[in-house]
Amino acid sequence: MAMLDMFQSGVIRQRQTGDRRNIARLLTFCLSGLLGLAVLFSLGWGAASDTDVLGALFGAGDASVRDRTIIWDIRLPRVLIGALVGAALAVSGAIMQGLFRNPLADPGLVGVSAGAGFGAVAAIVLGSAAPLWLQAFAGPYLVSFAAFIGGWVTAVLLYRVATRHGRTSVATMLLAGIALAAFTSALTGLLVYYADADELRDVTFWQLGSVAGANWQKFWSAAPLIVACLIVAPFMARSLNALALGEAAASHMGIRVQLMKRVAILTVACSVGASVAITGGIGFVGIVVPHLLRLVQGPDHKGLLINAALLGAIMLLLADAISRTIIAPAELPIGIITAVIGGPFFLWILMRNRALVDL
Amino acid sequence: MIRLPKTLILAAVLPAMSLAERYPEAQAIVSVGGPITEIIYALGEEDRLVARDTTSLFPAAAQDLPDVGYMRALSAEGVLSVGPDLIIARSTSGPAEALEQLRGAAVPIVFVEDGFTAEAVTASVATVGEALGVEEKAAALIAEIEAGFATLAEGNAATDDPVRVLFAISVEGGRLNAAGRGTGADGIIALAGGVNVMAESFEGYKLINDEAVILAAPDVIVMMEGRGDHSGGGVEVLALPAVSLTPAGENGHFITISGDALGFGPRTPALASDLRAQLDTARGKD
Repeated sequence: MAMLDMFQSGVIRQRQTGDRRNIARLLTFCLSGLLGLAVLFSLGWGAASDTDVLGALFGAGDASVRDRTIIWDIRLPRVLIGALVGAALAVSGAIMQGLFRNPLADPGLVGVSAGAGFGAVAAIVLGSAAPLWLQAFAGPYLVSFAAFIGGWVTAVLLYRVATRHGRTSVATMLLAGIALAAFTSALTGLLVYYADADELRDVTFWQLGSVAGANWQKFWSAAPLIVACLIVAPFMARSLNALALGEAAASHMGIRVQLMKRVAILTVACSVGASVAITGGIGFVGIVVPHLLRLVQGPDHKGLLINAALLGAIMLLLADAISRTIIAPAELPIGIITAVIGGPFFLWILMRNRALVDL
Repeated sequence: MIRLPKTLILAAVLPAMSLAERYPEAQAIVSVGGPITEIIYALGEEDRLVARDTTSLFPAAAQDLPDVGYMRALSAEGVLSVGPDLIIARSTSGPAEALEQLRGAAVPIVFVEDGFTAEAVTASVATVGEALGVEEKAAALIAEIEAGFATLAEGNAATDDPVRVLFAISVEGGRLNAAGRGTGADGIIALAGGVNVMAESFEGYKLINDEAVILAAPDVIVMMEGRGDHSGGGVEVLALPAVSLTPAGENGHFITISGDALGFGPRTPALASDLRAQLDTARGKD
């Protein structure tokens, strides 16, 4: 908290001079270090507290099969997936808020989350009835696969609906997104009605999100897409900054607004689609992280997008560390942790900084 | 690393033995699934348990064991943290990724098939007995369970007019959430010599239409203890407009059974005969 106070006094000082780029840079530096610590901490902390972490990581054979499995096949993919998904959700949130010029925008607005939810629930409920070639193709990853397809189809549909004469209307997208979300959640409700008791529990657990099923296959299936999106994101900073002045002003400044929208929506759909597919619904990261950072470093997207990735990754890693140890050997879904801790924390920040929250 | 050689040895040394897995030396077992934990206790092998899942609530002593989470949302690391050398799990346990990781950590897993019939109960006792390497104890338990089922079947054969039963798992906003076929409730009703009025209509548990309740004309409404019988004797449930028009409503036939009756295990014959006694009393014959 001392650090937060330091940043806050920095914020107020910098507000007078109007330049907060240094804060953003300092924050990038600090967050990178913290992310490193969070990764090490996550690798070393788990339900199996007697695990020989160093032996399993570097030892050449003195660690047991069990310890090596815990580190290499359970914790490591889990930590990497947690960090990637946290980064993807936070960056997507920041992009959406910039694109929609609305502080309430979150990655769910492109329809990906609702569509992915429908896909996942369909796979859970109808999975055993799916054609054999599909089961053979997707195997145990049928739910992830269906979630990704579901997310993509809704995102494309939404983009088509909102685009006329080569111009995408953000307002239409927002409204159509709400309509599509209502429609897909009704379809999800229909499936839930037909689900049996076991499937219902599966649906509930999926909706709460979890990094628990992390393994290397999942990591490799999602990582390329998410990493590509994270690399593209910072290049959107200048355009998003210009867009804050309005679409007309942005295009007068030489920003190719339509191209920028297309890239932004594609990036968000890809990264969130891939994230939701492997971890289910993890809420709140996409809203909290960008806002926390804006409070400290201001609305400039240049530092914001990078720092959002770092802070999002840190937040999800810590939430996951709690989720797998708080009721060990059982596990609490991570979506519960992010909302239970993130919600009140965000409220507290808002109340302390009411004057500064003016987006 | 441990599992493969053992399978090889078994295959080489004991070619006559069935291919089912035997782990007589396992001393740190995780039991996943209420019925499985019950069977392990019934076999007197509970000292070999180190953890159980959330659904393992009987016997009460089992609740003192560490809980590795809900059987369909297991976490590989959580299970490994209790240091198991064998996992016995219901075949519907999951998720698949966690089970894969457990196999990767060289912990053998024995799956026990689910089912809501007398045969399923004895088959699961046999599987668990074999996994624990206590086939003789298992055979004795199976004989005991089969005797229980035989007594039930005799009693059922003697009745020519089976009781029509509607089992409701809950009442939601005045509508009954009834058991169709393929449910524990359906299985226990059949064993108790009753007819599940919803077995023909659907599978699993569904909220049913008021008119369907009237058409089904159940003689008795059955619910789980602690659900819907807050006012005692199911007054609220029997007073529902749809239910009041059925024979059960007209005659005030409402009974509750233990929730344990819905999971099939060693106590199933006893629980089924309890239910039958209650059904008979409700119908006023003995």
